[in-house]
Amino acid sequence: MLALVLAHLVLAGLLPMVSARSRPAAFAVAALPPSITLLWAFSQTGAALGAGVTESVPWAPALGLTLSFRLDALALVMIILVSGVGAVILVHCIGYFAPDSPQATRSAALLLAFAGAMLGLVLADDLLTLYVFWELTSIASFLLVGQGGERRAERRAAVQALLVTVFGGLAMLLGFVLLGEAAGTYRISEILADPPRGGLVTVALVLVLLGAFTKSAQLPFHPWLPAAMVAPTPVSAYLHAASMVKAGVYLVARLSPGFADLPVWWGPVVVVGLGTMLVGGWRALAETDLKKLLAFGTVSQLGFLMVLLGAGQRTAALAGTAMLLAHALFKAPLFLAVGTIDHATGTRDLRKLSGLRTALPGTAIAATLAAASMAGVPPLLGFVGKEAAFEAFVSEGGARGYLLAFGVLAGSVLTVAYSARFLWGAFAAKPGVEPTAVRHPPGALLTGPIWLCALAGLLLGTAYVLVDLLTEPYSALYPDEHGYHLALWHGFNVPLLFTAIALGGGLLLHRARGTVDALSHHSPVDAQRGYRATVEGVSRLAVAVTGRLQAGSLPLYLGAILVTFVLLPGVAAVLAGQWPVDQLVYDSVLQVPLALVVVVAALALTRSHRRFTAVLLVGVIGYGVGGLFIVDGAPDLALAQFLVETLSLVAFVFVLRRLPSHFTERRATLRSRLPRLVIAAVGGLTVAGIAVVLSAARVGPAAVSAEFVRLAPAEAGATNVVSAIIVDFRALDTVGEIGVLFIAAAGVSSLVLATRYDTRRKRRSGGDEVRSGQNDPEHEREVL
Amino acid sequence: MAEPDRADPDPEQAWDGPRQPWLLNGDCRGPRHRSLLLEITTRAVFPTVLVFSVYLLLVGHYGPGGGFSAGLVAGLAFVLRHIAGGGGDLGSGRAVRPPTVIGAGMAVGVVSALLPLAFGLRVLESAKLGAALPVLGAVEVQTSLFLEVGVYLLIVGVVLELLRSLGSGIERDLEESGERARQ
Repeated sequence: MLALVLAHLVLAGLLPMVSARSRPAAFAVAALPPSITLLWAFSQTGAALGAGVTESVPWAPALGLTLSFRLDALALVMIILVSGVGAVILVHCIGYFAPDSPQATRSAALLLAFAGAMLGLVLADDLLTLYVFWELTSIASFLLVGQGGERRAERRAAVQALLVTVFGGLAMLLGFVLLGEAAGTYRISEILADPPRGGLVTVALVLVLLGAFTKSAQLPFHPWLPAAMVAPTPVSAYLHAASMVKAGVYLVARLSPGFADLPVWWGPVVVVGLGTMLVGGWRALAETDLKKLLAFGTVSQLGFLMVLLGAGQRTAALAGTAMLLAHALFKAPLFLAVGTIDHATGTRDLRKLSGLRTALPGTAIAATLAAASMAGVPPLLGFVGKEAAFEAFVSEGGARGYLLAFGVLAGSVLTVAYSARFLWGAFAAKPGVEPTAVRHPPGALLTGPIWLCALAGLLLGTAYVLVDLLTEPYSALYPDEHGYHLALWHGFNVPLLFTAIALGGGLLLHRARGTVDALSHHSPVDAQRGYRATVEGVSRLAVAVTGRLQAGSLPLYLGAILVTFVLLPGVAAVLAGQWPVDQLVYDSVLQVPLALVVVVAALALTRSHRRFTAVLLVGVIGYGVGGLFIVDGAPDLALAQFLVETLSLVAFVFVLRRLPSHFTERRATLRSRLPRLVIAAVGGLTVAGIAVVLSAARVGPAAVSAEFVRLAPAEAGATNVVSAIIVDFRALDTVGEIGVLFIAAAGVSSLVLATRYDTRRKRRSGGDEVRSGQNDPEHEREVL
Repeated sequence: MAEPDRADPDPEQAWDGPRQPWLLNGDCRGPRHRSLLLEITTRAVFPTVLVFSVYLLLVGHYGPGGGFSAGLVAGLAFVLRHIAGGGGDLGSGRAVRPPTVIGAGMAVGVVSALLPLAFGLRVLESAKLGAALPVLGAVEVQTSLFLEVGVYLLIVGVVLELLRSLGSGIERDLEESGERARQ
């Protein structure tokens, strides 16, 4: 399974080479891995519906990380969406993107990479593996929505999608870690076999749900999905209808068998899902852009799926899995139909479109078939799923059952209404609107995939036994109540009545579209405004914090550092530390004069008025400390100390040429000096005190040092143990440190040279223009 | 190593101009800033200090020294030269450029860290290399010396970069803005 996922990703990396020759061929090649995956999955059907196919590859065994995959019934259903619908959409892309389209190269590679990531997500049997693929799909979505980043709307939508889904993703990661630690394993199948319970698990589940809700565009995070409709239509069809947005629903479905008995799990899922279903459906009735209409429809359907798959009962799970399949098979062709209409006429505004029923009869019939499945018209798959959904909640009874049954009924009325609105908007001949001219009649590559998906919905609706076989093993994870099975005909019963009410009510609602239209534009709360306010609030907070903390005053920074140091480690040392009992004043007589030199130089430093004097005194302190190192028997340290001290002295002197020779002329008053004096003195005393206290903290013999000394000659070939530590035992640290130096050197010279060219440029342009010197070619030559 | 004679018409200049570019080039940076004593000392000391730095680099395994100290010593030799001969002496075009030295150091360090993988060892693992050389006899080298060389080169590069940006850079700024450098 890992090989299949990797094949997607590797081929995606190579795809630009195909695109360079022929862009349509690139999409054709891109359709291959998903097709092969689908065939492979079908070949494993028997095992998948039974015990499941597992595979585990060690990733970082030392950390206990494995890439675990498992193909079971739910994963099989998801593969039909991800790989099956994916392949169909990639074929549609061949016709959709013009051979010279600049978006095609990027889209082909990214769509294939996304297909790989999504495949990994649905096959993952390890929470962390799932998380990795989860975020990969978010990134693919960001890139596909953003496209080239030339248009502002694209950038904004891409950033919104990324911020919202990654925010949820990070929360989910926290939840995964809590869940994994509580269960003692990150294997999903093992967690579900023995689900953990406890306070931490409650927190974990809420965090995981946050991830699922953001990814599946649930209330109140849903606005990113309609905004993402700026992406090319096949991208929307694939990511934002058929597969990626299902990830959240999938996660809920995956974990529900273990946790759906907890109110903290089913409560939010059911409330948010039902709310999303109603709000999405209502907002779809106001949209005039066909794509946005479908997007709100998707939001609504995702809420519906959430309710079904999170409710934690068998019939609902059966309905949910069937609807999962049905949704992909009707929403993808509807999106593709919009793409075809857009391609053919140049618009997708339902106020401008008219009479396409006769101009594009093939597309119209296929789209009608798909929309009918969405509305739940028999004998389509959507009807079979919705019947089961009604049955699930009606037969459950009780407050929750009836609330959900009527909620879903209201949602279904809205669904029928916006399905009708879609068909009317796209294809009907509207009085007063000129018939839209078809400029590019769609070819078979565009319409073929639409027909394929729409007919699959019809076929699976009539051959409901197949769907029942496919969905049965997953729903069997829940306790059985009535032994319900998917079928077209269950006799005259309440669910059938509900379907009739939904269809009738929906059509009536569509009939009254004038009134509804006016009403649906009024919305008391706007989630999009909430998103914008949040983002603006965060950046305003950042500006405020930065403004306070980065005041630009060196004494203030130093003071803040010292005060923090005194308050945190200082207080901790006083509370927990112990003053050593056998503390000597000095070990060797030589330490006394050296210490005196250091102390006198430090005191003199505070009294000096010239910068040059101050620098020399700092040097004296440094050399004095170096001397102490020698006395204590650390020649390596002393050598490095002397050399660094000398070099910093030189660097200081270089810089001093650009600074005034004296510190500020004005004598500071005692009042302004006193706080600094106190902070400095307390800071210094704290450092000294902590040094003494810490020297007493060691209780055992220095085992590590002894081991270093023992191993140095034999293992590192060095008689100098310091050198052995630096280049052998702790060599990774050394490599890291030279990396830091490398970056620091590049930073310093860039800064110094850039300001230099800034001033030069300013002088050249007469002093009024200040621009970064970074762009100066001369500057670049000098830095590199 | 002798450079072709400069196209200088003055024969007296021609014969006493230094021919070893790695010594001070003797370009006068203005009589007021010149210290003949320092220049002569630098000429004598500069190569010696460089050799000493190589000694420190090699001896690090057995006594005080090592790549870091050796690099600083070599860097200080260049600092001395900069103070004696001015920024022009190090030359921006003639010598290897400091970023190249830094990059070379980093590259040597990282390659020497990863090279053991090629021999089936772990990253940064060291081994003893032995060879019988004709005059010196048996010589043993620990492979971690390569990492030391990387550190050495990087430190030398950092010091040269410092001289270029803070030393010559500021000097040139002062000249351009018409200020006189405070010495």
